[in-house]
Amino acid sequence: MFKGLLTTLKEWAGKPVTIQYPEEKRPVRTRFKGRHVLKRYENGLEKCIGCSLCAAACPADAIFVEAAENTDEERYSPGERYARVYEINMLRCIFCGFCEDACPTEAIVLGDNYELSFTDRHQSIYTKEMLLEPVPEGGKPTPQQTPPGVYVRAVPAMQDPQD
Amino acid sequence: MANEVTLTIDGKTVRVPQGTLIVDAAKKIGIDVPVFCYHPKMEPVGMCRMCLVEVGRPVMDRATNQPVLEADGTPRIAFGAKLETACTTPVSEGMVVITQNQKVASARREVLEFLLTSHPLDCPICDKGGECPLQNLTMGYGPAESRFLFEEKMHLAKHVPLGELIYLDRERCIQCARCVRFQKDLVDDPVIGFYQRGRSLEIVTYSEPGFDSYFSGNTTDICPVGALTTADFRFGARPWELKPVASICTHCPVGCNLTFNVRREAASGGKLVIKRAMPRQNELVNEIWICDKGRFAYHFVESPQRLTQPLVRKNGELVPASWEEALEAAAQGLKQAGENLVVLAGGRLSNEDLFNLRKLADAQRGKAILYTHMGGGDLTQQVGLTPGSNLGSLGKGDAVLVIAADLHEEAPIWWMRLKAAAERGAVLVVAGARPTRLERYAAKVMRYRYGEELNIIQSLMDGAVPELSQAENLVVFYGAEGLDLLGTNALAQACATLLYRSGHYGRPNNGLVGVWKEGNAQGAWDMGFHTVGNYTRTLSEAAAVLIAAADPAGDDPLLAQALDRAGFVVVQELFLTETARRADVVFPAQSFAEREGTFTSGERRVQRFYPVIYPVPDCRADFVITAQVARKLGHALEMASPAKVFLQIASEISHYQGLTYPRLAEVEEQWPPVGRSDLYYGGTAYDNRQGMGVALPALCQQQGWQLPMFWNDRLPERTFELAAMNQQGMVWLVPFNRLYDRGTTVKPSQLLEKRMVSAHIALHPETARAVGLSGVEKVQVEGLDGPLPLVLDETLPQGVAFYPRSAGVPALAPRGVKLHAVKAEVQEG
Ligand code: SF4
Ligand code: SF4
Ligand code: SF4
Ligand code: SF4
Ligand code: FES
Repeated sequence: MFKGLLTTLKEWAGKPVTIQYPEEKRPVRTRFKGRHVLKRYENGLEKCIGCSLCAAACPADAIFVEAAENTDEERYSPGERYARVYEINMLRCIFCGFCEDACPTEAIVLGDNYELSFTDRHQSIYTKEMLLEPVPEGGKPTPQQTPPGVYVRAVPAMQDPQD
Repeated sequence: MANEVTLTIDGKTVRVPQGTLIVDAAKKIGIDVPVFCYHPKMEPVGMCRMCLVEVGRPVMDRATNQPVLEADGTPRIAFGAKLETACTTPVSEGMVVITQNQKVASARREVLEFLLTSHPLDCPICDKGGECPLQNLTMGYGPAESRFLFEEKMHLAKHVPLGELIYLDRERCIQCARCVRFQKDLVDDPVIGFYQRGRSLEIVTYSEPGFDSYFSGNTTDICPVGALTTADFRFGARPWELKPVASICTHCPVGCNLTFNVRREAASGGKLVIKRAMPRQNELVNEIWICDKGRFAYHFVESPQRLTQPLVRKNGELVPASWEEALEAAAQGLKQAGENLVVLAGGRLSNEDLFNLRKLADAQRGKAILYTHMGGGDLTQQVGLTPGSNLGSLGKGDAVLVIAADLHEEAPIWWMRLKAAAERGAVLVVAGARPTRLERYAAKVMRYRYGEELNIIQSLMDGAVPELSQAENLVVFYGAEGLDLLGTNALAQACATLLYRSGHYGRPNNGLVGVWKEGNAQGAWDMGFHTVGNYTRTLSEAAAVLIAAADPAGDDPLLAQALDRAGFVVVQELFLTETARRADVVFPAQSFAEREGTFTSGERRVQRFYPVIYPVPDCRADFVITAQVARKLGHALEMASPAKVFLQIASEISHYQGLTYPRLAEVEEQWPPVGRSDLYYGGTAYDNRQGMGVALPALCQQQGWQLPMFWNDRLPERTFELAAMNQQGMVWLVPFNRLYDRGTTVKPSQLLEKRMVSAHIALHPETARAVGLSGVEKVQVEGLDGPLPLVLDETLPQGVAFYPRSAGVPALAPRGVKLHAVKAEVQEG
């Protein structure tokens, strides 16, 4: 019996494990898979090329993509194609991360945010505007006007697609 | 059979006709030999080396010419030192082919490695990705890694529009020449070609506008990579996201089988939308091809200009109304007008719609009139093509006559198939008043002056072309160029008599085919519609008119006036046409893409189409609208489903007897295999799983049949005399057909805008001089509003003025007119 009490006393003297959520938040692990983020390049262009591979890989059929063509006057991504519509239904998503694996440009990344709550089904659909990360410093928002002849590849070349 | 050979492929024995290529022989027994440049519809060229296989042949004893036998009694086989291309090597007796061994596998791997040296890694965004032979064959046979350096990849232009319809990505091209060969050999439009050599080789277009061919879309189906893609589908969706729905093209009487690919789209508010139109294989109709009109001119079904609610005339204005209100108004009006209802319908409607419309006309003791400038549909029922016919099987010993039609413009796939038949040895006779594209392949061209069409038939009856009268089989295509209703009637009669006299009827591959302007005109005749000699009178004297899918008021100001004089007018339409504007009640109809039904093609094949997209809210199918109006008038017409209407058709119309929807949906095995697992072979045309349709029997197949309307050896009264007309300073005004016109169902397809013909008058320079119009830019046609630009063309016959049909010149049938010059300042003011 004393042994048991001793454990209690020890815990009582130690640091409390409960935290005052939501005022206080526990840092997430590096591999945590939370709400998705659509990434941008440093110049602000979107990484997503609207290829729908994430949607094809998604086991929960949670992603919906519609593509359109970039022009130099109205450019969203460095390639020929960009996502005109990009939606993820967070109620369907099972946070498996397959979309992240499937993405050829590392555009979709599961982030840290796990605070997803909705009061109606429609709110669970995250649109492209909600998913896109803010324009990085020094970058410009999309669509951008770009000089001709700079973005001529159909898919932007990757440093190392392995990684 | 003597001309068959036996060979062994991968241990399986197969018997095939002599001359078969190894790749086809293997395919017949389900063995895939990967190919890029070979296509079963084209001659082999052996350019890509993907199809290498090991081939052995029996060793022959030179002295005895007998196979040398091994000790165990089997023939000794000598294998070549090198691999051979399966696509260019014909089979031979006793041949042994190995498609699966180390040597073959490494050859395939190496060919692919070379093809991929400069291939971009575009798959994620490439429109072909997902249905790409290069992708699939690389997965199946290719190396996992390339030994070439990424930095050394050749970079070429990636966004090269070959005209507004087709895009080229130079980096993706693997130089198989399928596209070039298709354009040159199959459709004789050599407007694209190879330029430069080796790695700098590129596809270029020589024409203006770029890639100027009515068949250009087909090259995107057979291109084994994403080098050629259509502007219509550019980045539209990924192929695996699309649902295929079977349909039928309504733009011309060929009745090509289509597959529409649909997808829900956020940009359209979550609606199902058509992303692209693809050919669906039917070797008896369109094989694996469609023309660009079928591929790109479907956008009218999604046009925002579509009618979306019933309109009723109140105080002289058409105002929106509820269905109940509109039906009530229509019924009231028709009831007051009493009997003698005139039902005027266009050949765009389905058989079910036309049947109900005709039933309503009967019930009201009225007339069911087909809105057309072309007669003779009763004769195509009598001596039309019979079941078992196939234009693709015409060849040596057969003959085809084409008269008063420009098939290249009016029915492109017929043109393509007749060209192929002529190349196989069929005797093609083309009779026309002006040169047309089909004449290049004709054994005989017969030129006449407008008004003398029947002389041609007479001379053929007299044996002017013995190859034609003595041919084993004879198919006659007649059109309506330069002819009015009476003229085409007479021509059809003459053609029927020609066929009858020479015994070319009642058997497969013999008979009469009408080159109608609309897709289901033949169906309208079959459903009991007729023509009248004088539309103006019929309309203006009618107490009540019900018009469906026809726009007489937009076509001819005289008809518009007639319609104004008519009593009560009810219109069922897709758009607010000139005719609809003049109506008392307008009902919004569903397009063919929103519902089910059947069409009857010019070859008299009944084919089913299926609902592709969701109906525009508040639109109803034509047969339902008609039945609902009829019910208000106290007649019970079937409206539960098109299938039920079709059952009635089958029980009431003799040559449709025994047909049901399930029968029309039957399919059979076809060659070459296309689609899904055979993408690399036949291309991305869809395989046919939804029905190949049923060919109708001709009435002449019945026992004791006689040609009802006999054309006596005498020429009937000619409708006019060209020379006499010219002497009075008049010209014969002839509408000619252009594939891309500006009709109701074509105009909404913006993509084709640049290629649509615009209103003009074309004259031979001599004629222009004769009527005092040389050096004039605009002319005024007597009786028409507004001046039209004048174009001079030396290839045209003299004494005649041409204008494009359905391009905004409001005139329907040919007639004699006077032309006046318009001075520049007049048209400015
Ligand atoms: S997020 Fe990645 S995989 Fe998804 S559409 Fe965009 S680029 Fe393609
Ligand atoms: S052509 Fe085929 S292999 Fe090449 S990028 Fe397109 S999908 Fe990929
Ligand atoms: S464009 Fe396509 S079909 Fe034409 S040569 Fe290149 S790969 Fe072949
Ligand atoms: S040939 Fe006629 S039926 Fe065929 S796709 Fe072209 S327009 Fe349509
Ligand atoms: S060489 Fe035989 S398929 Fe290309």
